[in-house]
Amino acid sequence: MGKITILTGNASVAEAIRQIEPDVVAAYPITPSTAVVQYVAQFVADGIIKSEFVCPESEHSAMSMCIGAASAGARVVTATASQGLALMWELLYIAAGLRLPIVTAVACRALSAPINIHGDHSDTFGARDSGWIQLYSENPQEAYDNMIQAIRISEHPDVRTPILVGFDGFVTSHSAENVIVEEDDEVKKFIGEYNPPVSLLNIKNPVTIGSIVFTDYYFEMKRNQIEGIEKSREVIKKVGKEFGEKFGRKYDFFESYRTEDAELIMVVMGSAAGTARAVVDVMREEGEKVGLIKLRVLRPFPYNELIEALKGAKAVGVMDRSTSPGGFGAPLFTEIRSALYQLDSRPMVLNFIYGLGGRDVTMENIKEAFLKLKDSTKKSWKGELINYLNLRE
Amino acid sequence: MKLGWKQLHIGTLNPEAGNSLKNKTGTFRSAEKPLFHSETCIHCLFCWAFCPDSAIIVEEGKMKGINYDYCKGCGICVVECPTKPKSLEMVTEEISL
Repeated sequence: MGKITILTGNASVAEAIRQIEPDVVAAYPITPSTAVVQYVAQFVADGIIKSEFVCPESEHSAMSMCIGAASAGARVVTATASQGLALMWELLYIAAGLRLPIVTAVACRALSAPINIHGDHSDTFGARDSGWIQLYSENPQEAYDNMIQAIRISEHPDVRTPILVGFDGFVTSHSAENVIVEEDDEVKKFIGEYNPPVSLLNIKNPVTIGSIVFTDYYFEMKRNQIEGIEKSREVIKKVGKEFGEKFGRKYDFFESYRTEDAELIMVVMGSAAGTARAVVDVMREEGEKVGLIKLRVLRPFPYNELIEALKGAKAVGVMDRSTSPGGFGAPLFTEIRSALYQLDSRPMVLNFIYGLGGRDVTMENIKEAFLKLKDSTKKSWKGELINYLNLRE
Repeated sequence: MKLGWKQLHIGTLNPEAGNSLKNKTGTFRSAEKPLFHSETCIHCLFCWAFCPDSAIIVEEGKMKGINYDYCKGCGICVVECPTKPKSLEMVTEEISL
């Protein structure tokens, strides 16, 4: 049986790393994920885990070391946030292209300028097209659970793709909540031993990875890469189900809350889902047919499942905690609206951009979004597609 | 025969060690190539030391010529050659169309 403890998101992620006991952790501390790196360094210093802990001079070097270690066949975990993830940018694409199962915990934080240390999804959404699998967590418990599942998903022979576990900076990374930490042995049994198919340190079987290819092979190699993340769909589902059977907390691409007969559905990611769930309960009491979809997996994007879940709604609100300046709304809105286009009878889809730089999103704000959504179903509607919540004009 | 994407190993893996030997990179040499004149060569091996592509053929400590399979025609060997007259000169590549 697991033990109920009180942990912050950073501490729960560190507990998962302690239990995973990776071969290598190469990480550079950055707010708000610093504590993850600090805890792991302490575990290593105290001899609690035998992982090789490397503290390089930057996040660029940290991810480079992760790539080197993973190429050598090591199980590798790191943690970062915001500018740190941005500095890793070119390496993220390399890790994905080389199909290296690196697990990165990201305490999602705003990007400069203006400089800000608080939570939003600008950093991980910036890495959206890098080829990494992206899981998001609502609270410290989910961050812990996602880290453990991430090992299984990314190391699966059909997948072999790096994976990013996002949890909201400060709101989740620094807030202590009840977290069930499972038994060390049970976690180790669940993730199993890692048997890398190749290792660059194996001089008896020398191989080349990442050599230059030109117009004749690059396209084929990229298509081959896409297949890995496509195959992760099935693995994410399977691992989430197995995790639920073993530990009692089942995971899927997203969680549907009171959506069965819902006319208005809000799609949310991360910690704001808790607030949105409370709003759904209040509005249901008031007789409004509202529901919530909490998206857990951004990449691979579960478009078929989302179409199925949203097709009965009259209007769908998409809450984005990042922006795409000059785009057609923010990224999640664009993608969900696009997914629903193939339906014969399409729901109205509105964008609600919220919480940039850690701006609070309150129950009143989300209720206001639901009311705008309700308004958009009227024939006389003349509102805006792209809306901002809790923003001064 | 070039392979399709389904036939490739994952993660850009190339399991064949030393296969770069098959790739004759001199095919994209620029319009000029160095020509070796052994009469004036003093075998100082400056050309060998400076060649960025190991395209100078050396046997038993003696400069023997240029490996055009890999020479890119950069001309560094010609610049570095200390003999007067130079034992290496750049000549226009003859291209058969």
